[in-house]
Amino acid sequence: MRYLPKSPSERQEMLSAIGVRSAEELFASIPAQFRLKELLELPGPLSEAEIIGFFTKRGAENSIGYTSFLGAGVYNHLRSVVTDAIIQRGEFLTSYTPYQAEISQGTLQAIFEFQTLMCQLTGQEVANASMYDGSTALTEAVLMADRITGKRRVVMSRAVHPEYRQVLATYAKNLDIEVVEVGYTASGQMDLEALRGLVHDDTSCVVTQSPNFFGVIEPVAEITEIAHKLEALSVVAITEAVSLGAVKPPAEADIVAMEGQSFGLAPSYGGPFVGVIATRDKFVRQIPGRLAGQTVDGAGRRGFCLTLATREQHIRREKATSNICTNQALCALAATVHLCLLGKEGLKEMAAQNVAKARFAADLLTKVPGVKLAFSGPVFNEFVIELPRSVKIVNASLRREKIIGPLAIGNWYSELSKRGLVCVTETTSRAEIEKFAAALGRALAEPL
Amino acid sequence: MAYPANFRYTKEHEWIDVQGDTGTIGITDYAQHELGDVVFVELPKIGTKLTAGKPLGTVESVKAVSEIYSPATGEVTAINDTLADSPEKINTDPHAAAWLVKVKLANPADVSSLMDAAAYQSYVDAKDKEAHA
Repeated sequence: MRYLPKSPSERQEMLSAIGVRSAEELFASIPAQFRLKELLELPGPLSEAEIIGFFTKRGAENSIGYTSFLGAGVYNHLRSVVTDAIIQRGEFLTSYTPYQAEISQGTLQAIFEFQTLMCQLTGQEVANASMYDGSTALTEAVLMADRITGKRRVVMSRAVHPEYRQVLATYAKNLDIEVVEVGYTASGQMDLEALRGLVHDDTSCVVTQSPNFFGVIEPVAEITEIAHKLEALSVVAITEAVSLGAVKPPAEADIVAMEGQSFGLAPSYGGPFVGVIATRDKFVRQIPGRLAGQTVDGAGRRGFCLTLATREQHIRREKATSNICTNQALCALAATVHLCLLGKEGLKEMAAQNVAKARFAADLLTKVPGVKLAFSGPVFNEFVIELPRSVKIVNASLRREKIIGPLAIGNWYSELSKRGLVCVTETTSRAEIEKFAAALGRALAEPL
Repeated sequence: MAYPANFRYTKEHEWIDVQGDTGTIGITDYAQHELGDVVFVELPKIGTKLTAGKPLGTVESVKAVSEIYSPATGEVTAINDTLADSPEKINTDPHAAAWLVKVKLANPADVSSLMDAAAYQSYVDAKDKEAHA
């Protein structure tokens, strides 16, 4: 598709067709004070060498040489240059929505393989072509549960990522959806007794995250059983996709919403990422967004096409299943390439390293006087530590030693002040963990 | 396919067969023909209250998803479960085996305002003529 600007005569032709004399007349309804009267003062064009120089200089302003222990929904993992090389091929990088199967087999096959991988990883039967990110995938999962059950009361764990909960709240307040929150116990897991009291026969779904925001793995099977007793669906969010290399997939759940950033996407500035939604085959018509399917062409050869598009917005307009009408094709492709490079054993190995390093870090950090684990539940690569003083003060000291310390979760949980969420992945070396523990000891020994 | 004389018909191509205070609802042969191969039917749950002229479910063909509008007001007492596994019955036997729902009618007399078989036949003949004009 070519994007060519209009010529002055074409502009005139369009203006006369709609009966206005000039572009100014067309925009007359915009109040004068909001209209641009002269050209923006922008710097002139630069040569290639000047542009490279500019960005090299700006790039040098970044903090380098720091070790980060931040996770909380965005994770630092190893990535291969092969992934970037493949996704930058023009056939993928600039391709349009594959509505025309006859010219889009590569894109469609990549989406189909992404969907297949997501099903294999989550233990579900069908996955879509991808969502914007984990938080919007979770909200769509809840809306989907409401459509399936015809109910509008959602019971959600407080240990679901606070920002995911905010995204849902934004949708819920205008959709007449009631969200009830259920607390956590000393293990950092969902309070199942409280859950039993909160799930009623008007409940559409129970929403869990596992590993949850505190890094703790939830008893998904038990939670699902409680939900199913009263015909509510079980929705499980996953923010750390690499955990699926070690943690049992939530196969019991009815809908899984996942952030796929851990699969080959750099943390960047928080995006673009890739959301995953996967569910049971019987709910396929309620899944939002795009789906690629495998089929055969007129000659009986294997091929791929978009399928069940009759649910989608461009066909069903206001009656569409959802208003998601695109997917994160390039990021989904990156995840697919990354997983293919890593392989089944590679993912297991990566996940095992995360578990081992997180355990090593937890052991070492809790040897620092005054530091203890905040929760007793099993974890993957994140855990919460309780400090004898404010996390922010401690982090200021750590930063001087080029360490980006734990996330102060008291920002979202007032009862959890002085608690910090620590993340350790396969990218963190033993030496860095030891340096962190030593620096934490020094920070806590400083006079207040 | 002939339109059964004892049914009543809507302009949206649904039929209703009233026996006492129970109405059986389906879509007409004309409707299934227009839709093409039906692949999925979404029906309301038993106990759902239907309002005349409002959607009661959807029927999905290889071409489109269309609303099914209720010909009458009442409460759903039965749904045709067999359509979940064989929606193609709507194409092969729209006026009998592929009934969609049974409804306890709020006011059985209301259906007399709908078209009878002869009126519906001329309605669809006119539609066909329009389409081929």
